Amino acid sequence: MKYTLAEKIFNAHRVDMPFEDTHVLKLDAVFCHEITTPIAITDLQARGMDRVFDPNKIKAVIDHVTPAKDSKTAEQGKILREWAKRHGIKDFFDIGRNGVCHAIFPEKGFVRPGYTIIMGDSHTCTHGAFGAFAAGVGTTDLEVGILKGVCAFRSPKTIKIVLNGKLKPGVFAKDAILYVIKELTVNGATNMVIEFTGSIVDEMSMEARMTLCNMAIEAGGTCGVCYPDMTTVEYLWDYIKDEFESKEAALKEYSKWISDEDAHYEKVYEFDLSNLEPMVTFGYKPDQVKPVKEMTGTKINQIYIGSCTNGRIEDLRVAAEVLKGKKINDDVRGIVSPATPAIYSQALKEGIIEIFQDAGFCVTNPTCGACLGMSNGVLASGESCASTTNRNFNGRMGKGGMVHLMSPATAAATAIAGEIVNSDLFCS
Amino acid sequence: MKTFSGKVLFLDRNDINTDEIIPAKYLTEITKEALKPYVLEDLILDSFDPKKDIEGKSVIVTRENFGCGSSREHAPWALEVNNINVVVAESFARIFRQNMYNCGMFAIELPKDKIDYLFNTYAKKDATMTVDVDRNKIIVESEGKSEELDFKIGDFDKTLVKEGGWVGYADKNY
Ligand code: SF4
Repeated sequence: MKYTLAEKIFNAHRVDMPFEDTHVLKLDAVFCHEITTPIAITDLQARGMDRVFDPNKIKAVIDHVTPAKDSKTAEQGKILREWAKRHGIKDFFDIGRNGVCHAIFPEKGFVRPGYTIIMGDSHTCTHGAFGAFAAGVGTTDLEVGILKGVCAFRSPKTIKIVLNGKLKPGVFAKDAILYVIKELTVNGATNMVIEFTGSIVDEMSMEARMTLCNMAIEAGGTCGVCYPDMTTVEYLWDYIKDEFESKEAALKEYSKWISDEDAHYEKVYEFDLSNLEPMVTFGYKPDQVKPVKEMTGTKINQIYIGSCTNGRIEDLRVAAEVLKGKKINDDVRGIVSPATPAIYSQALKEGIIEIFQDAGFCVTNPTCGACLGMSNGVLASGESCASTTNRNFNGRMGKGGMVHLMSPATAAATAIAGEIVNSDLFCS
Repeated sequence: MKTFSGKVLFLDRNDINTDEIIPAKYLTEITKEALKPYVLEDLILDSFDPKKDIEGKSVIVTRENFGCGSSREHAPWALEVNNINVVVAESFARIFRQNMYNCGMFAIELPKDKIDYLFNTYAKKDATMTVDVDRNKIIVESEGKSEELDFKIGDFDKTLVKEGGWVGYADKNY
């Protein structure tokens, strides 16, 4: 009894330790999208190894650029589509049924506590919100994952982050994670798993936990993890109800994916976030973070609400609450991308889409969209975007553009004001 | 066959990210070769001109957390097609580092004092570096003199470089 959650997952999945500190793990799922997978597919073909280890454990989506914007992206989609068909990969989500990978895969029930998951995408760390070990990998690791269902990792050293207290109204998981990244710095968790615990995490919905874990990579973390609890069971219940007699039974089973009390951590940080204010980034690194009130008055050209960080239904609800009955500033362009078709439909049902449209937002189909400046919502040089995404790197949303990361509430308030400002949901 | 030797490009900054190494808009390319003209295109670094400064260089020496950000293996590929198969840094982002070894390339970590020494001694000169993997030495040559620095890499990393990458190894062993 002395293991962290990640160590327990490693122990349960290790198939080999060919060298010191090299753990080859069996994978429960390999996720794929159309930007990093096609090269893996064509390389496997060139090597005469066009095989998959298990078509049921591979899930694929076209999400980054959809609908295709040009011949090259059409080709990427085609390679993925034909491959899924050729190998009988049933869980393949093409246009009309597709959404942002880290939103749609959990929504479909593909992530379970204790799972090992890889994907050719750095924000795969999101899925740790379910108590899984989920890590972004490059194309070669993805290739081996597809072919053999294994991946090699170094020992999962863990940092524990205890979030104590209670978040004030108008302060969200996004503000909490921006604060944590500021404290850790962009290099503070490199090669480490970040375990999030504490009363604030206990009270969070799965959506909020996904926002938290999603940005673990921005501190260099391999994966962000939360312990599975009743919130996890409730979220998954539709998918697991045939496996368990009751929710309590499911909870009992999943509770084995919790760190032991005497587990070893590289570092433990305790933060009381009871006085935390809404946060925003100001530079080209995600650890350049300040309270919104210190950035008030910064002019903005575009607002983007969406992505695997904050494009879920709760995020749209909060933004709509701020926008209801208001118009966005004449000098800004507003774009919202519900992260999945289910979220889009739910938002339609709740009248949220109408609120966005009445306020003057453009509503796009579910896609990564402006988040990575590859298809729509690209900034011109010198422009800035108030964004609910996770990366403010130089050029991320277009050459010469600046991205300010913030919560959906702050983004919606900023859309109305035309400059960075706190939402009136926040009472200081 | 990859070479692990050549002129050094010094990039004096921490946290150089993958979007700077190769911007997302080029991820629609489906051959590595197509990435060649765009390497380090968006790098923020005073007086750095990617068009001129990369020419003829085969080794990068840089500071902390090189390759942070995206998982894109396009970052090592963009270096590889420019004949840069070695990066020496104080530290690397996990995915980038693994991608380098998975492609049979070197991501070598040296302690801060050694990196400082390299910058102080060689950044303003023409320097050549060679990685001798069997002896775990980096050989630096400049102005007719040469010296050797020790480095450590794990056996797994070494095996990947020698076998030319992870796919072949994994297919054989698992
Ligand atoms: S929404 Fe952005 S960060 Fe998330 S998977 Fe898509 S491109 Fe990556």
